[in-house]
Amino acid sequence: MEHLVNIFVKSIFIDNMIFAYFLGMCSYLAVSKTVKTSLGLGLAVTFVLTITVPVDYLLHNYLLKAGALSWLGPQFADVDLSFLSFIMFIAVIASMVQLVEMIVEKYTPALYNSLGIFLPLIAVNCAILGGSLFMQERDYQSLAEATAFGLGSGIGWLLAIVGMAAIREKIRYSEVPKPLRGLGITFIITGLMGIAFMSFMGIKL
Amino acid sequence: MSEKEPLFSSKNLKLITDPLNTNNPITVQVLGICSALAITVKLEPAIVMALSVMAVLAVSNVVISLLRKSIPPRIRIIVQLVVIASMVILVDQFLKAFAYDVSKQLSVFVGLIITNCIIMGRLEAFAMANKPWPSFLDAIGNASGYGLILIIVAFFRELLGSGTLFGYPVMEKIGLYNIGYENNGLMILPPMALITIGIIIWVQRSKNRQLIEEK
Repeated sequence: MEHLVNIFVKSIFIDNMIFAYFLGMCSYLAVSKTVKTSLGLGLAVTFVLTITVPVDYLLHNYLLKAGALSWLGPQFADVDLSFLSFIMFIAVIASMVQLVEMIVEKYTPALYNSLGIFLPLIAVNCAILGGSLFMQERDYQSLAEATAFGLGSGIGWLLAIVGMAAIREKIRYSEVPKPLRGLGITFIITGLMGIAFMSFMGIKL
Repeated sequence: MSEKEPLFSSKNLKLITDPLNTNNPITVQVLGICSALAITVKLEPAIVMALSVMAVLAVSNVVISLLRKSIPPRIRIIVQLVVIASMVILVDQFLKAFAYDVSKQLSVFVGLIITNCIIMGRLEAFAMANKPWPSFLDAIGNASGYGLILIIVAFFRELLGSGTLFGYPVMEKIGLYNIGYENNGLMILPPMALITIGIIIWVQRSKNRQLIEEK
């Protein structure tokens, strides 16, 4: 149990998707204008990550990894389908995003309208595919670990985008040099937040 | 038969030159930031990444442009993703076979070319509505604009952060260490990539006033 909490906390703060790996920057920069919409997008991303990482974990371990097909019979023991993992992962993600889109459209139409194009674009949010690929690379040992990692990364992403949106709402009132307005200052603030998040580095849990 | 447009008419050339500056995918269109930042610690992986993106973008732009009339609009995202994913698998296998060290350094970021917004963005915005040849030029232009920023960022981060270029110890050869120069370790850390791009945007927009955003 303890190491699950470790993975969870580590993926929120130390391996934060945005500040440590810059994953999901496109929608992060484009949607972080108001706290409300960014909270909605953050929740959607968290939801999709929490489901796709475990599903992709099962796919990876029982279908794609070298020797993963041995449960079919000994003649399949040395089949290695891992080169197919990109296409399988992205298919899972695209269908999950479709599902989330339908749920959001049905139950919170206001949020659906404010997210607009960025909802279907969660499918190409690097944070989601990145979550699955990191899961594959770090070789988590059990389904529970993969789930903890997915949930943690999602929450980390949510924290980052909500924090950024809060700062951008305030920065409207300050005098930023003209060429730096909008995109430029957002980049620099993200960098500074990243440096702040680096202080979590080296914490051994 | 209508008159044939020359292969490199001025309109087509604009497709290549625009993304280098006034319509740069990273600093103006805000596409493809994700992978742009994590692999710019050293020049070599940055260049390999830029070339991989160019290969994937060029082929998938042409393929989608050829298929554009037969793709049903409702499922176009899935079709695009399948085309991109197959190209990325090819590039990934190619790098593993011929440039194993670099492919290890790039780790998951080769796979993440699939979700690089530049590729989806160009497919949606350009290839779905244009003929194959302009799509190809558009791909080359945008990938070069992307590569240009990548190389600028990687140049400064490698030079100031580790004092080398392509692994060649420039700072040591000039003899800066003898007069008390130290490498700036901060440049190697990930957040500095963001700040470097922020500064590039600043420089570009103060040269190019029409890009400045209104509040």
